[in-house]
Amino acid sequence: MTIYLLCIALFLIGLYGVVSKRNLIKMIIGIAIMEYSINLFLILIGYVKGGTAPILSADGVKRVFVDPLPQAMVLTAIVIGLATTALLLAIAIRLYRKYNTFDIREIKKLKG
Amino acid sequence: MGILLIIVLVLMIGGAIFSLEAKDLLSAVIAYGIVGFGLVILFLLLQAPDLALVQIVVEAITLIIMIAVIMDSTREEVKTKSKRTAAYVIISIVFAGLFLYFFNRVTGTLSAFGERAMRMSLAYIEPGAEITGSANLVTGVIFDYRGYDTLGEVTILFTAVIGVLTVLRLKGRK
Amino acid sequence: MKGMTIIVQKVTQIMCGIIFLYGIYIIMHGHLTPGGGFAGGIIIAGSFILLVIAFGSKFLALKKEETGSSILESTAILLFLAIASAGLLISGVGIFFVNFLPKGTIGNLISAGILPFFNIAVGIEVAAALVTVFLALLIYKEEST
Repeated sequence: MTIYLLCIALFLIGLYGVVSKRNLIKMIIGIAIMEYSINLFLILIGYVKGGTAPILSADGVKRVFVDPLPQAMVLTAIVIGLATTALLLAIAIRLYRKYNTFDIREIKKLKG
Repeated sequence: MGILLIIVLVLMIGGAIFSLEAKDLLSAVIAYGIVGFGLVILFLLLQAPDLALVQIVVEAITLIIMIAVIMDSTREEVKTKSKRTAAYVIISIVFAGLFLYFFNRVTGTLSAFGERAMRMSLAYIEPGAEITGSANLVTGVIFDYRGYDTLGEVTILFTAVIGVLTVLRLKGRK
Repeated sequence: MKGMTIIVQKVTQIMCGIIFLYGIYIIMHGHLTPGGGFAGGIIIAGSFILLVIAFGSKFLALKKEETGSSILESTAILLFLAIASAGLLISGVGIFFVNFLPKGTIGNLISAGILPFFNIAVGIEVAAALVTVFLALLIYKEEST
């Protein structure tokens, strides 16, 4: 149970970064940390004590496998996370060129 | 095993806190690398080599892109006039406490760490190799059992790339 | 963006092909060993990014936008859809995403029906997508300064 709580503490740290920081780059880092913690949580659920990676070996020995389903879901989610982080960074650099700052309060002021 | 996981996770939490509180954006991004590479170690410990392989390259590319963006703009953290009253701190602590409490209640219904949490998992593992013909069960799940899911993810990836191209276009197309 | 020193360029010249080959190996053996389309695609994209960083942006003649990798990406996603709908249209089974080719022996390189083809399509897609994102950022930087 401790490990679940630590994992979700990492999520809360990312949430704190998104909510309270005024810097766009810090907010993006917060979103990425949240995403990592959720990925980790799914993998933790799929773990089985004494299990091995879900790949059949050539010798034909029966082994206990960890759950392959969360691994498959997270595998795609990691790549999507990279693409969305790149999209957020592209928006951030575009805003920096226009307003010359990463401060979201300034960006809000210059609206319209 | 459990204690090793906890040590790496505490290190990741420390890296995350430093990354969010650093005054210099470049050191913030590099401290963010601690979280990602710590995740690689955790994936290896949790018997997920596919994910470790993906995560280690993804983390390197993310750091490259982030550092490129910061080198292109500024390294200075924005100045905040700190007016953090006691009320803010109390509200945040109460919210975090509530979140952790409810999370603990919810995960209490799961089986303990290290036991099979999902009944469905055996249905994927035991006949999986015969049905899909793939020795790597993860690949079998991605492309055979959950093919629609992968189709959706590929579409999202495509959309994100289109979004990047749209946002970063300077000249209009003639 | 300017390139790096001659030492970095020489090491890149030797390593880049090996990294590319490793990516292809990961994709081809996706149904046997850890890896697959997603991992291999990212590794291939990494080899291209390494080339651009080491040799500078002049290396790929980046005047003409990132059309090449963008077109490749769109083609790869169409390829993915085509393989998926082949199960619906020409296999005779009539189910979307059905694995209609013979399975073969588990553990051989040529086995698992259509899964290797899916791996190849996804690998091309992911590699082209990431290279496109990187080139878009790079071109934006070159044009705006």
